[in-house]
Amino acid sequence: MPTQMNESRIDQLREDAWAKSGVTGRGVDVAGGPIPRKPGYYGHPVVRPPVWMWEIPIYFFVGGLGGMSTVIALGAVLFHHFDIARMAMWFAAVASVLSPILLILDLGRPHLFINMLRVFKPQSAMSMGAWILAGFGMCVVPGLIALELHTFHLFAGAIEQILGVAAEILIFGSAIFGMLLATYTGVLIGATAIPAWFLHHKLLPIHFGTAGLGSAAALLELLGHRIPPLNAIGIFAAAFETVLLIWLSVDKHGVADRAIHEHGSGWLIRIGEVFTGPIPLVLRSFGAIPLAAISFLLGALFSRFGWIAAGKISSRDPESVFASQKS
Amino acid sequence: MIGEGTHSTNQRRHTYVRDNVEVGFFTDPTVCIGCKACEVACKEWNHVPDDGFVWSGNSYDNTGHLGASTWRHVMLVEQDRQKGGQIVGSHSLGNANGEDPFRWIFLSDVCKHCEEAGCLEACPTGAIVRTEVGSILVQNDVCNGCGYCVVSCPFGVIDRRPQPLPDAGGAFKCTFCYDRQKSGLTPACAKVCPTESIVFGRLDDLRARATQRVHQLREHGYADAELYDPTETSVRGTHAFFLILGDPEAYGLPPKPQIPTIHLKAAWAAAFATAIGALIVTLCAFAFL
Repeated sequence: MPTQMNESRIDQLREDAWAKSGVTGRGVDVAGGPIPRKPGYYGHPVVRPPVWMWEIPIYFFVGGLGGMSTVIALGAVLFHHFDIARMAMWFAAVASVLSPILLILDLGRPHLFINMLRVFKPQSAMSMGAWILAGFGMCVVPGLIALELHTFHLFAGAIEQILGVAAEILIFGSAIFGMLLATYTGVLIGATAIPAWFLHHKLLPIHFGTAGLGSAAALLELLGHRIPPLNAIGIFAAAFETVLLIWLSVDKHGVADRAIHEHGSGWLIRIGEVFTGPIPLVLRSFGAIPLAAISFLLGALFSRFGWIAAGKISSRDPESVFASQKS
Repeated sequence: MIGEGTHSTNQRRHTYVRDNVEVGFFTDPTVCIGCKACEVACKEWNHVPDDGFVWSGNSYDNTGHLGASTWRHVMLVEQDRQKGGQIVGSHSLGNANGEDPFRWIFLSDVCKHCEEAGCLEACPTGAIVRTEVGSILVQNDVCNGCGYCVVSCPFGVIDRRPQPLPDAGGAFKCTFCYDRQKSGLTPACAKVCPTESIVFGRLDDLRARATQRVHQLREHGYADAELYDPTETSVRGTHAFFLILGDPEAYGLPPKPQIPTIHLKAAWAAAFATAIGALIVTLCAFAFL
């Protein structure tokens, strides 16, 4: 960038050269040169920043909430809380429709979305995610229909009994896919070349899964189901998030993962962790369940945005990449 | 190599695709003159679109870095160090007593076509494949632009092409001129390179040549000449390797690149543990409260 100061320094150098037939003083440090003072190759990113936009953190939140809802639905069905099971399955059904829409919106070529089911590739977390989401949708939607038909006793006799059994089997299937849906997203961004992400590849699935479980319980409580089991799940999730907050504060990698300890992304992750951890824990101990639920939901959302932002900042920072490979 | 004329592997027709012979690029900055003919030839042959022009102010490099619309990139590295037996002048900026060395290195960067490729493992559609000659190819008609390869490449090579460029939305990178190679032709960049800084040929031959060249340069005073081919890491070597002077960091090359799939096992274990933990907690909560 030519600045006033650089320009006047260049004039000065010209005068010097004219008078003494040589230049002795320091030259001008234009952005990047001569002799780059920036890390790496003129400070260019070593790994590419993610191309993912706002759809992905929203999907992480929706998928986490919807996925873990089915686990609560399974517990509720087994212990005869049918109202809770129905509402949890509705969450899951909404998530199973919303998630693919969000993912397809984020594709570079949305019309080719079906190619996601072209191969089954265990070594690709993205491929596994596509299959998990497909399986989730195929269990949740019929599971919800069976459950609703069973609840309103539209049929009688054998059909009614078959519907009941089908609902239970499908809810069980939904729970299997659901808990994978809520946690695989951590594997997805953990197994990448971006330092802030891969250095925390163990924490991420645990965090996303716990945040999903807590969000599902929180939303059920907000919509009126304030019963002890859900409160217990809420307390557990908040306590576990507090542990993860401590883990994240202790497990530092210096320059390599500074994107999650500094910058706006670091703040977003930290605020998210505080809103899902200590705050709801304190609020629940005072019985302020709705406030605790709102705090947890907001924290879970902030944290997802924070992690994606951290990936973008970390990948643009060549020093982070070099530092992550030094040890 | 230089002086081989029409017998050079850069100029000969070949049957590597038919014979399933692994091929590679060996790029040698000590003979590169920074003409950027490789960048131009690559863009022309492959119809890679114009992605805009900005004056970077970084030496004579206005290309920046590899990406969806830049498959060859000549780096112009300026360093305050001597190049081989270079005699340092006394007119350089900053110091008049002749102790301010300066060297200018040109290196043509390209997709490394890894032995264990992050993009290939990550691709959920199967759009990215390994060809008969061991190179990594993105099938443009299959790629749906999910962007997972972008974050899985340890070298930051592959990228998604933004709007409004032609074929936007898909992931692109060097094809190793697979179309040319099928017809027995040399990749465009190697064919056009006037100093054979880019050498194309059989992988085993090239590895031998590269080692020999490093020895030769070291004997001639290039003490920091070394081969950049990360065979010791989980990438297990590359099919396009480079001779570099000094640290790989100065070229924006990762010193110890790792394929991201090495983290899968631990991450999935954490995911399964969390899933089972969530299930147990939920069932206990409903059972006992």
